Parts: sequence; C-alpha cells; structure tokens
Amino acid sequence: MPETVLSMRQVYLDHNATTPVLPEVLEVMLRYYREDFGNPSSVHRYGRRIRVALDDTRDCVADMLGAPAAAIFFSSGGTEANNTILKGVAAALTGRGKHLVTSQIEHPAVLDTCAYLAHQGYTVTYVPVDEHGVVDPEAVREALTDETMLVSVMYANNETGVIQPIADIARLVHQRGILMHTDAVQAFGKMPLRVDELGVDFLSFSGHKLYAPKGIGGWYARPGAPLQPLLHGGHQERGMRSGTEHVAGIVALGKACAMAVSDMRQEWERQQQLQQRLEHGIWEQIPEVRIQGAEAPRLPNTTNVAFAGVEGEALLMSLDLQGVALSTGSACSSGSLEPSHVLRAMGVPEAYLYGALRCSLGRGTTLADIEYVLEILPGIVQHARGLSPSFTP
Amino acid sequence: MQYSDLVQEHFEHPRNVGIIEPADAEALVSNPACGDLMHLYMRIENDRITDAKFKTMGCPAAIAAGSVTTELLIGHSVEEVLKLTRADVNAALGGLSPQKVHTSVLAEDAVRAALKKYRQR
Repeated sequence: MPETVLSMRQVYLDHNATTPVLPEVLEVMLRYYREDFGNPSSVHRYGRRIRVALDDTRDCVADMLGAPAAAIFFSSGGTEANNTILKGVAAALTGRGKHLVTSQIEHPAVLDTCAYLAHQGYTVTYVPVDEHGVVDPEAVREALTDETMLVSVMYANNETGVIQPIADIARLVHQRGILMHTDAVQAFGKMPLRVDELGVDFLSFSGHKLYAPKGIGGWYARPGAPLQPLLHGGHQERGMRSGTEHVAGIVALGKACAMAVSDMRQEWERQQQLQQRLEHGIWEQIPEVRIQGAEAPRLPNTTNVAFAGVEGEALLMSLDLQGVALSTGSACSSGSLEPSHVLRAMGVPEAYLYGALRCSLGRGTTLADIEYVLEILPGIVQHARGLSPSFTP
Repeated sequence: MQYSDLVQEHFEHPRNVGIIEPADAEALVSNPACGDLMHLYMRIENDRITDAKFKTMGCPAAIAAGSVTTELLIGHSVEEVLKLTRADVNAALGGLSPQKVHTSVLAEDAVRAALKKYRQR
C-alpha cells in the first residue's frame, strides 16, 4: 500500500445505510425521555400532553405526503411497515386471490416477506428491470392476473438510487382494481412525494434514512384500503399497530421531516453537484469503470460504481483504512457469497459484478470530502488491480 | 465483517505478489460462488520451492490467503507442501471467520492444482 502524504480525513459516505441524528432532532427528543416521559395512552396529564406531540408529528408527516393525518401510522421502521403492508393486505383479502406482484430489485424486507408468503401458499411474480434498473410499467401490467391482490414496487432503489415510474405503474394497477404499495424508504425526505399524485394505496417510510433515529418509521395507508394489523395488543395507532408508541422517536421523525421539507430543493441540488463531481472525477481518473443506473432517473446522493478486475470488499477495506466509509453489495461481504441481486437483475456484466461500491452522500458531505475520495480512490483501485490475475493494464 | 490482525496485515502488506514466467508449477483457480480468483506460481529446484508468487482477485481474506500461502511454500520441499491443507492456511491467518473459510479452500486448491501439473510434466 503506497504511503499517503494526505492527512487522513474521516469521511462517511454510507447515508443509504443510515444517517446521523441531527442536533436539532436530538434536542426535541430529550424531553420525551426526561420530563415528558408519559405513556400517550394514559388518561392523566402525563399522557395527555404527549398525545398533542404525537398529533403534531402526525400532521407534519401527513403534510409532507399530502395525506390526511388519519392515514399515517407509526412503526419501528421501514421493515415493520413493509411486513405490515404485505402480510396485512394478504390477511385482509383472504379468499380474494393469492397472487402478489413485485420487482426483482426490492429490499430484502419486501423480498423476504414475499418469500414467506409464498411459503404460505401465495404466488409471487418478480418483475424484471432493464439494464438501467428501471421497471417497465407494461411488464407489471402483463404480470397482473385476476388473482392479484397487491403490487409492491420500491420508489428508489437503495443500492443504485434508481427511481421507478411509480405513478405510471399505480395507474395501470388501479385499472385492474388492484392495490398498489411503494417502499419509499430511500426517497422519503429527499424529494417531494405526494400520495395523490403517485396514486398509491400504501407507502413505507423510515426515520433513520432522514436524520431521525433508528427504530422509528411508519406507513401511509389510503383511508378505506384493506389492511390487517401485524401487531395485536393495546390498539395503539387506531388499532393498526399495537404497542406503546416510541414517543421520542415519533417526535424526532416529525422534526426531521420539517427540516427535510425546509431545504429539500437546495439539498437535492447541492448533493447532485457533489454526485456529479464524484462521478466525473472517477470517470476521468480510473479506466474500466461502470456506474450502474447512470442513465436512469436517480437520487442525487447515490453512486453505484463498479471497477473491472477487482473485488468490492477489498476496495472497501482499503478505503476504510484511509478513513472513508462506503458500502458494497459484493458477494463476500453479504454472508451468502452471492453478488447483489439488484446488479444481477440489471444484467451487470460478470467482470463488474464483484467490484461494485455504493457511495451515498448526505447533508454533512462536503466538496472537500469528495475531493479526498477522488485523491485516494485511483491509487486504491490501481493497487487492487495490481494484485488481480484478471486485470492486465 | 471481523478480520484477524494477521488477515489485515497480509492484506495491507501482501507478500510475494507477482508472476513467475516461466513457472515450474502454476494454477489459476476460482470460486464461482463469489467470483474469487487466485493465480499461484512456483519456482522449483531440486524438488524444493525456491520462489512462489500469487495474484488474487477477491476480498481481503482471499488476498491474505494468497499471501500467506506463498510464505508456507517458499523453502519447503514438494513432498512437504503436498501435505499443505486449508487448515494450515487458516491457522497461519490466525483463524478465519466461517464466512471467510472458503478463501483457505481456494488457496489449498491452488497449491494442489499447481503441484499436480508439476508432477505430471
């Protein structure tokens, strides 16, 4: 490893994995652990004043989605929201057809839940994506049958940032009288999402992707849409999600939403410029590079870049040793030795499949961070290629 | 993903990276499941391995496995290294996690394949 004369920076570029809690968000949370610790279900004043805080947050999230407050439900996060919607619709529509349609690039929280339902006797169709990572609405339409009860397609993919044509898909799905869900965990807080414009019946979101803490999230459910709860018990969240509410988390989510809304456009543009600088810098300096989904509509913070002839985890470790935190969908780090199902679904060539890195920037990312990555990355890739039998320069 | 100090050491400072041309023994092996590739070369004089080089495309553990394997080869007789197993590679790396044990298998495969060709020539 060549010695670097640069002073090492700590650079976090894994915001799609999780984000830090913003100081302002942490501030609003603390009182709900201290003086305002009441259970919202309590009749006395300790409970009553918490109810107000919850209602305010619900209004805030509802406004952000253009939905009525009664359509918003809080949960422990995106995974619980996805589980609730898929299993809850299946349970509510028992006897009405046992077919689900989803895409090949969904998050494991959706794919694994579909696999579970398949095990319970449901059939699932996994619609493919094109080489840009985009689902064709026509392909969804062709997959629909008289037995289909729900279609679930994610809004923005967590590995590539590619954005799906959800409004177009929802329109086709509704023409058949079928329910539409979108897992919007990666997009929520980054771009305007209006449920009336999207036409979805259900939408999942997660707090720790937008600078709120881990352990909080929820879903939108169109009033009247059939759904049974996953959790039974004290009937919180209007019976749809029992369990004493994570009050501090909910309040934090509200604050994070308010902050996201206040500078959404500027932050999108700022991050897009950083993304462009990063991608341009990589193209310029490193040969045999491939950016997955480069031609598709994408989140401004996500770059999935693959380098021929090298393995992703080795790059990751070298970057980590120099202070840069990224992630990878590469085989060896996934525990199952399989390469990313998303990249496979996109038909990424074998030579690049194992050498992919995901760089996801955030609010705290600066141009200096990007320049630092661009200074060290070429040397790291070159070093790994020097070790590789499959790369001849 | 937890790596032992030895894996990290061999990853940061791999030993004997390169090729030997022409080699007395060589093999290119792969693990199709995760895409790992290891190319191993040996120079053999009087049935003794006087030099060994490797190239690996793979995760840090795979690179470390290649590096430590060259060290386990150099200076030993062919007869000795025929007995080299994945357990030796594993031990030399301070014990690989269950997820990474396959890299020691790759190394053993490379040694066996290379020596098989040597003995057949």
